Amino acid sequence: MPKAKKSFLAPITESQIYRSIMRVGIPSTRRERMMIVLSNVFIHLHPARIPKHAVKVKYTWCMGGLTFFIFLVLTVTGILLMFYYRPVTEYAYGDIIDLKEQVPLGIMREIHRWGAHLMVITVWLHMFRVFMTGSYKPPREFNWGVGVVLLLLTMFLSFTGYLLPWDQLAIWAITVGSRMAGATPFIGTSGPGSALLALGDVNFVHEASDARFAMLGGRFVGEATLLRFYVLHCIGLPFIIMIFMIVHFWRVRKDGGISGPT
Amino acid sequence: MEELSWPKHLINVLSNPKYLFPLLLGLFVFIFPPTDRLHRIHLRLRLDRLWTNAGGVFLLVLFLSFFLFGLTDPNFRLIVTKADNVPIVGLIFLVTFFLWFSMKQALENDRRMADGKKPIEADDKDPVLVWPDLVYGEFIAMIVCTILLIVWSIVLTAPLEQPANPAVSPNPSKAPWYFLGLQEMLVYFDPWIAGVVFPTVIIIGIMAIPYLDNNKKGCGYYSFADRKMAVSVFMFFWLVLWIFLIVVGTFLRGPNWNFFGPFEVWKISKLEALTNVNLSELIYMKLLNRRLPDNILVREMGGFLVILGYFGVLPLILMKTLFRKLHQDLGNVRFSFFTIMLLMSFSLPIKMMLRWFFNIKYIVAIPEYFFNI
Repeated sequence: MPKAKKSFLAPITESQIYRSIMRVGIPSTRRERMMIVLSNVFIHLHPARIPKHAVKVKYTWCMGGLTFFIFLVLTVTGILLMFYYRPVTEYAYGDIIDLKEQVPLGIMREIHRWGAHLMVITVWLHMFRVFMTGSYKPPREFNWGVGVVLLLLTMFLSFTGYLLPWDQLAIWAITVGSRMAGATPFIGTSGPGSALLALGDVNFVHEASDARFAMLGGRFVGEATLLRFYVLHCIGLPFIIMIFMIVHFWRVRKDGGISGPT
Repeated sequence: MEELSWPKHLINVLSNPKYLFPLLLGLFVFIFPPTDRLHRIHLRLRLDRLWTNAGGVFLLVLFLSFFLFGLTDPNFRLIVTKADNVPIVGLIFLVTFFLWFSMKQALENDRRMADGKKPIEADDKDPVLVWPDLVYGEFIAMIVCTILLIVWSIVLTAPLEQPANPAVSPNPSKAPWYFLGLQEMLVYFDPWIAGVVFPTVIIIGIMAIPYLDNNKKGCGYYSFADRKMAVSVFMFFWLVLWIFLIVVGTFLRGPNWNFFGPFEVWKISKLEALTNVNLSELIYMKLLNRRLPDNILVREMGGFLVILGYFGVLPLILMKTLFRKLHQDLGNVRFSFFTIMLLMSFSLPIKMMLRWFFNIKYIVAIPEYFFNI
């Protein structure tokens, strides 16, 4: 029986070190191709086998996967940006200028900003696709709800990031956006029912205690707001969104994998 | 001032939400017919041809020629090529493309199922291996996405304006683009409704979709015929109340949040007469010709009755007439929830029309308690 020709990489791929890292070498048989999915924690997000319609771009549009990928891109570029950026009103704007003028070939802020826009769009299109294929129907109702939370968190992440360059565009967009919080019924100063929470003449809901104040950390968009939004943008919301993403991906698998006709 | 050519003038006038929105609403029910009867009209008008290859080319040429024609105009160019607005131009093309793409597949499936066959997705049920069939596809998608982002980032510099100055507010001050739909609603509703109640209702409403839509058919394949009502309602929210309002807020709202046509100069001096009146003023001062009563409840009685009728009586009337079949399908709880949600969302177009054509500002106006509807 003729022996199969060995790859020139064989000394590496058959070494003890390589085999300890990659349990399966470069897969060539059907069994190995399934094993590589099962033995790799990242690829294991997927099942080993999947119905053929589900790998077609015309069915999934790739939008869910791309959203996750853009999230990773934003994480990486965001970490790089954090090296240069200080969330203090004196420095914030100057740091962005520095980023533009001092960093050679710097397009990290561009990738981060356009990526953030793109992620909002891909999340919406993913929702659109899931609706059009009726994939929210039983047994996937709950995961649709998780997805809506993820959509909301994506927009909040984008919103909190919008303030950080500390330019006119930033503070006025946040000023306009946060004005609505002040109109929350009962807990916003200019919302209906805000006068109800009072003891005699003492009003509990006033400019320094209402929903808007909690959001901004002050009566207007200022120092405290910048820090608050920075922490939320870099740590708080990513932490929460990751929890929901874990649930989302897990439930895609547990609810029967990607949808398809029965 | 330079005279505008007639097509530009026509587009300027037509793109006023006052005309464009009712026009879109009128067309909408024929393009995405929720009921069988409207569907027959839809077929008779041959509107289903939008979702064929020829229709796709038609849509592409229509949008492209509009944008290319527009770009010859300095004002149009100024707004559309603003760095932060570029993603929204992309959004318009992407949403239109994927709308066409999904509806095309839906109609193909509908034709197959009308012939007694299964949807096209059912032909591909045989499992394939994730490695290589899926991971390679994902890998290519990631590379394409990365290239797109890098090219986009090199070509377009991220915008950076003057340093933050709380003393100088730009005019117009706009929220981030994905919230411009909400900001647009602020024209017609007070912040507590447009900024707090409606967003909450929207989120709850989207989350409730799987529990409201109890149609067993149409899961896991593109289809329109199997779920006309669901698709139609969703498209109304997604295209009209979401995308369209964002586009209006981004491109057509200038200083003082006034409306500006796509070929109009954003002049800060543009004045729009604010002659809006409240319903109570209309009733007492115009109709009865007397001053407003001092008692708030008496003053706003008319408004309260309208609201009560809209949310209390109208669902019952709908249940017995237009939505009879829907009520049978959904049952009491689902039907009440759905109808209230639908009426709430329709209150936006209704409020718009009341403002545009009757100059009504508030139905119920109790500024004493910040309670205006």
